[in-house]
Amino acid sequence: MKLHEHQAKQIFADAGIPVPESRLASSVSEVLDAVDEIGFPAAIKAQVHVGGRGKAGGIKIAGDREEAETYAEEILGMDLKGYTVEKVLVEAGVDFVDELYVGVTMDRGEGRPVAMVSTEGGVDIEQVAEETPEAIAREHVDPSFGMQPYQARKAVYDADVPREFARDVSGILSTLYDLFDERDASEIEVNPVMITSDDEVVAADAVMNIDEDALFRQPELAELEDEAYEDDLERKAGEYDLDYVRLSGNVGIIGNGAGLVMTTLDLVDYYGGEPANFLDIGGGAKAERVRNALDLVFSDPNVESVVFNIFGGITRGDEVARGINEALSAFETVPKPVVVRLAGTNAEEGMEILDTDLVDVEPTLEEAVQRAIANTEEVTEE
Amino acid sequence: MSIFVDDDTRVVVQGITGGEGRFHAEQMIDYGTNVVAGAVPGKGGESVQDVPVYDTVDRAVEAEDANASVVFVPPAFAADAIFEALDTDLDLVVAITEGIPTQDMARVKKRLSEVDTRLIGPNCPGIITPGEAKLGILPGNIFAAGNVGLVSRSGTLTYQVVDNLTQRGIGQTTAVGIGGDPIIGTSFVDALEAFEDDTGTDAVVMCGEIGGEDEERAASFISEYMDTPVAGFIAGRTAPPGKRMGHAGAIVSGSGTGTAESKIEALNEAGVPVGDTPEEVADHVENFF
Repeated sequence: MKLHEHQAKQIFADAGIPVPESRLASSVSEVLDAVDEIGFPAAIKAQVHVGGRGKAGGIKIAGDREEAETYAEEILGMDLKGYTVEKVLVEAGVDFVDELYVGVTMDRGEGRPVAMVSTEGGVDIEQVAEETPEAIAREHVDPSFGMQPYQARKAVYDADVPREFARDVSGILSTLYDLFDERDASEIEVNPVMITSDDEVVAADAVMNIDEDALFRQPELAELEDEAYEDDLERKAGEYDLDYVRLSGNVGIIGNGAGLVMTTLDLVDYYGGEPANFLDIGGGAKAERVRNALDLVFSDPNVESVVFNIFGGITRGDEVARGINEALSAFETVPKPVVVRLAGTNAEEGMEILDTDLVDVEPTLEEAVQRAIANTEEVTEE
Repeated sequence: MSIFVDDDTRVVVQGITGGEGRFHAEQMIDYGTNVVAGAVPGKGGESVQDVPVYDTVDRAVEAEDANASVVFVPPAFAADAIFEALDTDLDLVVAITEGIPTQDMARVKKRLSEVDTRLIGPNCPGIITPGEAKLGILPGNIFAAGNVGLVSRSGTLTYQVVDNLTQRGIGQTTAVGIGGDPIIGTSFVDALEAFEDDTGTDAVVMCGEIGGEDEERAASFISEYMDTPVAGFIAGRTAPPGKRMGHAGAIVSGSGTGTAESKIEALNEAGVPVGDTPEEVADHVENFF
């Protein structure tokens, strides 16, 4: 789960990391009130979950009130990589002489957190990591003891941060690590940390992503989730507690288990079709869950045909079949053709129950996928 | 032969009185696994299917001489359950639980480096040596004893590929689902190494997916150390970057690492034929013999 910059900055500020003065605004008049309080120059920054906001025109620096008004009108309501900007952060402009990168993430290969510092701040750090990895100082942290002060110092000196700022920057890194640990972050970074012309060190940006599996013990963070930026169908999937990702094709896909569902998507693509979604009903799904899954996929207007691929382990074929029957018999005519492939636990019982007036049945994954693709072609021809 | 589990494996089921634990303990027993004890705090003295339940793993291990455990404990308490198991010198711990916070697993991983226990999972279907023992939730009836090893990050994909093999009369030595999370106990390399050393395994199937670099590491290991032929499958070719595809670990990062393409390329370079479909994986295995 991603936090917005203003949310992350509030958390950073509360933890003692210096951030520029700022106000959140959702209208032009609120932006003007904010600049009246903060003064100029002022940065107006779109609060949306996309990378590269600056390059896409989502961040502008206003030098006076007139510019602030123009930029506020431009940015509020603009479409930024598919997301509408509803809020901006109005922030005191910082006169900087240097930009650094400071961050903590989980190194999955090593199985432990890694703290990073680089003097190549203010740019795409992933590009730096790829092209000049030596420009990023890294310290792996033993998660059972947390980051020790010497490790923060070491990272800062290894990165060749100007000596007079070493203490401030290592302080920021230590605080970021503590937040990473206490708040179950999967990623936390400040890019850039600015060194100002007044020799101050401030966090000019803030990224904080939270491990969704840990939200049960981070209730106040869970409340910060911004559903305005979710696709309607993805939000509905959240209500049904289904693992769902919307894609751009026309073949709706429902299956059990992430690997098998991904494989079903890949096969749809392989046989010349286009997957409309990823939908995993998970392990042990009961009839109701199956009904919800079908409801969700049917409500995507792009879907022209649906393939159901179940290989039961925990999941029982008879439960799935019952769910499919119940969901489909509620319609006078089934809205979109459904192909079912049922294997594994209680598959035979499921096949007996399954109402073949409502669905087509195919014995193998390959045949089911090809039939579903053929069904979209029939729809198109009609 | 087999890897990690066999006839002699004596299992404690952690969480045996819960819905999942009870159901799958029964399934494991029906399959012929030596389930010797359950461990659930506060339920000591009870029994499930004639299997005695103890309050702690320690007591279960001591009383029943167990050497492995299977964890069916909800995510909030699962890391604690794994720590408890690791503290009793078991040979093997299999964690089925899905959704354990990553930072909990980082701490478990640290502890794991200090003990001699092997951890499989979490977020995995478990491990099965057909005809001998199954630890986990895999449907036993689709497996057949034979000479092909299988290691996979995904449960249901394992079933699919095993089904394709078994239907053609190709049986398995051991099939192990290592789990779909970012931090797991047993890696592809660990399993491949064990299969390479197993005299009964004549070929291996490796099913990977997008996210991380475990498959790439496995590819280097195969080209450097393995004589046993390996066939592969990689799920998630059509996954868009930045989206979590069900598994916590199945996410293509923005910088382009962890894609299906990079994994398939690495495997091909290591001499591993990668199937476009599960059916094709079985074709490749058949060609090995």
